[in-house]
Amino acid sequence: MVNVSMSVNGKSVTGEVEERTLLVQFLRENLRLTGTHIGCDTSQCGACVVHVDGVSVKSCTMLAVQANSTEVTTIEGLAANGDLHPMQQAFKDNHGLQCGFCTPGMVMSAIDIVNRNGNDLDETTVRKELEGNICRCTGYHNIVKSIQAGAKSMGG
Amino acid sequence: MYNFSFEKVKSVEEAVTAIQKAEDGKFVAGGQTMLPTMKHRLAGPSNIIDLSGVESLTEIKAHNECVTIGAMVTHRSVASSPEVLRDIPALAKLAGNIGDPAVRNRGTIGGSIANNDPAADYPAAIIGLGATVNTNKREISGDDFFTGMFETALEEDELITSISFPVANVAAYMKFENPASRYAIVGVFLVKLSDNVRVGVTGATACVHRGRRLEDALNKNFSPAAIDPVELSVEEMNSDIHASAEYRAHLVKVMTKRAVEACN
Ligand SMILES: Cc1cc2nc3c(=O)[nH]c(=O)nc-3n(C[C@H](O)[C@H](O)[C@H](O)COP(=O)(O)OP(=O)(O)OC[C@H]3O[C@@H](n4cnc5c(N)ncnc54)[C@H](O)[C@@H]3O)c2cc1C
Ligand code: FES
Ligand code: FES
Repeated sequence: MVNVSMSVNGKSVTGEVEERTLLVQFLRENLRLTGTHIGCDTSQCGACVVHVDGVSVKSCTMLAVQANSTEVTTIEGLAANGDLHPMQQAFKDNHGLQCGFCTPGMVMSAIDIVNRNGNDLDETTVRKELEGNICRCTGYHNIVKSIQAGAKSMGG
Repeated sequence: MYNFSFEKVKSVEEAVTAIQKAEDGKFVAGGQTMLPTMKHRLAGPSNIIDLSGVESLTEIKAHNECVTIGAMVTHRSVASSPEVLRDIPALAKLAGNIGDPAVRNRGTIGGSIANNDPAADYPAAIIGLGATVNTNKREISGDDFFTGMFETALEEDELITSISFPVANVAAYMKFENPASRYAIVGVFLVKLSDNVRVGVTGATACVHRGRRLEDALNKNFSPAAIDPVELSVEEMNSDIHASAEYRAHLVKVMTKRAVEACN
């Protein structure tokens, strides 16, 4: 067993875990932050995407001990004072979800896309950047629209 | 996944000592291959030695017609490095098309070449550019580094520290990618030097290789048409659910032609 400590959504957290514990297990099982989903557990689907030190990471493909001393942001950490993050709001406004299973990972990846590519995103860029996120329901059209709209509103 | 002991090291020396002491130790870089392999119980190391705290492995340096990239540099950092974009743009483009953004944020160049997946992208660039792999023990010529499917010249306690790439402005990487994983069904890294051409081919055979017949044809006539008469051995090609051996042989020629066009 090892002790881990990190900041999750701005709060310091600690825990004792087995070395093989994945970051996603630590978030869901130890911290009860179940917004981060496990879709495939084989690094393909992106349902588990969170930010570690500001960049998107598949939390099923990182050990909790590898996240020691980092700053982690999950979907639960986006809304401020009860207001949805602009990207969450854009998914809501544009019907960017159906069952919602892929949505936390989509939103976390979307914010990473904006952080790297700016607020004015064309459709091709969004589709290429979404290669690591799989959705079984929407057919992606409204996800792409949501991300383009969310990117704009994140710019203010 | 079987459990293991975990140690995060701060220097190359500490890493090497740790692996020598371990019963069945493994380095972990980005973990983007290691962790999926351990989940499938295809690997069950007793000790994991995490290299992410070794700062000397994360540098990119341009010097003497060469760009040296530290083993722990992520795909994302190679894709956006001003030095790589200026001196070997084809390499930056290759890195930017590995997997997806989250994989590129964690996966490293050292991990990719140590793993030597037959469908990985970087090995084609090492061969095509004639790069040198630097380890804690020696310098290994790229041509001697990849020895077979998932096999390299590395010894058990040998650590890749960096890779040195000669500057190449006229070069192109063309990949016919698997639409699900983005791994190369076939990838061709072509470099046009002042006096000759080098071609690195990945995805097609059990291990990355130099496309000597393609090179010979292009050395005589650097044009896409020169590729048409080249005969490639279908028996050596991989055949799987993604593509038959015949199809791969065909793709090697198509990707080479596209790379020539991109260099002309
Ligand atoms: C969904 C997905 C899609 C992918 N798509 C592609 C793709 O399109 N093209 C492609 O090329 N790859 C692809 N990959 C693989 C990816 O590029 C990995 O990052 C890479 O193969 C391994 O790098 P790593 O840093 O994650 O290494 P790790 O997984 O940490 O390590 C891999 C191996 O290398 C050894 N190792 C690591 N660093 C060193 C070192 N410095 N010295 C000696 N040994 C070392 C480890 O012990 C281990 O055996 C994909 C991976 C995923 C999960
Ligand atoms: S659960 Fe992590 S990528 Fe699918
Ligand atoms: S909304 Fe159901 S998986 Fe994407």
